[in-house]
Amino acid sequence: MTDIRLETQALSRRFGALVAVQGIDFKLAAGARHALIGPNGAGKTTFINLLTGVLPPTRGRVLLSGRDITGTAQAERVKLGIARTFQINRLFRGLSVLENVCIAVSERTGAAGTMFTAAGRRTDIIDESMQLLQTFRLADVARHRISELPYGRQRLVELAITIGLKPEVLLLDEPAAGVPSAESHIILEAIERLPEHIAVLIIEHDMDVVFRFAHRVTVMVSGALFAEGTPREIEADARVREVYLGQAGHGASHG
Amino acid sequence: MSAAASPTGAASAVSAGQNPAARALIRRHRLRWWEALPWIAGIAFYFAFPDYLGFGCDLLVTILFALSLDLALGYAGIITLGHAAFFGAGAYTVGMLATYNIWTEPISSLLLAAVAAGVIGLLSGLVLLRTTGLTLLMLTLSTMALLYEAANMGAAYTGGFDGLPSLPIGPVFGVFEFNPLYSNTQYLFALAVLFVCFVFVRTLVYSPFGQSLTGIRENVLRMHAIGSPVRRRLIVCYTISAALAGVAGALSAQTTAFVNLAVLGLDRSATVFIVLILGGYGRLYGAFIGAVVYLALEHFLAQIYPAAWQLGLGLLLVLIALFARNGILGLGDALARRYRARRPT
Repeated sequence: MTDIRLETQALSRRFGALVAVQGIDFKLAAGARHALIGPNGAGKTTFINLLTGVLPPTRGRVLLSGRDITGTAQAERVKLGIARTFQINRLFRGLSVLENVCIAVSERTGAAGTMFTAAGRRTDIIDESMQLLQTFRLADVARHRISELPYGRQRLVELAITIGLKPEVLLLDEPAAGVPSAESHIILEAIERLPEHIAVLIIEHDMDVVFRFAHRVTVMVSGALFAEGTPREIEADARVREVYLGQAGHGASHG
Repeated sequence: MSAAASPTGAASAVSAGQNPAARALIRRHRLRWWEALPWIAGIAFYFAFPDYLGFGCDLLVTILFALSLDLALGYAGIITLGHAAFFGAGAYTVGMLATYNIWTEPISSLLLAAVAAGVIGLLSGLVLLRTTGLTLLMLTLSTMALLYEAANMGAAYTGGFDGLPSLPIGPVFGVFEFNPLYSNTQYLFALAVLFVCFVFVRTLVYSPFGQSLTGIRENVLRMHAIGSPVRRRLIVCYTISAALAGVAGALSAQTTAFVNLAVLGLDRSATVFIVLILGGYGRLYGAFIGAVVYLALEHFLAQIYPAAWQLGLGLLLVLIALFARNGILGLGDALARRYRARRPT
């Protein structure tokens, strides 16, 4: 483990009597490919929401490259380099694929505050967005509205938007969720082709994805950290099998 | 494919301009020939219907008011039924300045009205844009109701229920007098003001700022997630929209030389809302089409069925709501798309 991009210290969040996330100490190194797994309701998405600033923690701290960002607003954290995708697509459904990415890119470059220059004159932003779409093999549907795309390709747009923000830390909340298995390889390939320096944390239920993609795996159960290790260690861990993999009926024996 | 997915990677030298999507985006803000039509029609109206220039002024004011609402409602998705608050603020600014002979020069009066309405928009926006949906709707209504009551109670200054009649309005450029019997100057003045405001709004909606407003309307959670200062954008948009509504109100006061409480009423808010829905929101020219159709219908239906003209309007709205959610222009778009889809590419 070299230099730590994202770190949490005793991070907790309660909703009334329910402790959704409990005292989590977690580190994500630069260039990491880290998977976060756990049964439904383990608090994985809440954890992501705490990392991105959607929710304030009840206790604990979040550090980005050593800097305390616990009180930093969501939009500010994005500027500092934390980007995420959502479990369910959150796209501009009525706009074209290209516009979806352009909006993100102009937000990143600070162009989005410009009032008196036409967006069409910012060919630098349009060029960059088009190249992103080419990377994700979306160039052929660039002018289609999101609502006209199959779900799998919409997931790719989510990824393209997020990469357009040039993040240091990328949080992927079940990127292949809801994608028909025939299409899911497109998503996985796209994730594998992500720039190497980005620290990636991926929440995933599909063990095939986890073992193919992750170098390290963290298991969360009932809001707390349960185990952490390499995919092989986690696969071999009898306790993990019991609480988690056992339920999936040995879906993990892919590798 | 093992190439690194660097977004700025110069690996592909393909220029974005070659993609039809990029071309569409690059060209979207450019003027099209038919955009001259409303202005040609506006000037033609002046010569063709010299007896209806009062009606024409009303039309131009309504277009401007609907345009201001379109910026907030159509582009940024701010649900408001209280836009008359700003229309009224602008109208009373001009009215009171003129009645008490403080300031009657029309162009600077418009600017003062814009500032007054903009300040009210900014202050109320700071509070009410923390909310969304029905709460926001109720708060915009309350803002308007508060201003209405304030104008009613401050009768010593605002004329209360009777309003401020016979406003003295100075000549435009010190030369062109507003004649209360013939609306020639008023009409041309209103047309010029509408043109300037339209150019301003058009520039705004095609800018990256305008694009980000559309993003907020389409998916506010996504905008937060890409680091957009959503609330600040909304407040800026609402303030500009309020200022434009203030100009519309001021123009109404100047062209009719009259202000009363109706400028602050729910009736006016609801009417402009209907105008925009009718024409199509979030598409600039919806305000034009909506205002023309609404006022023309009102005019002709009132002649044919003086007692029940609103019935015809109601029926039209039912049809729009059922079959053309995006208004008359949206209907045109849908037909054009269907035509294009049938054509082999």
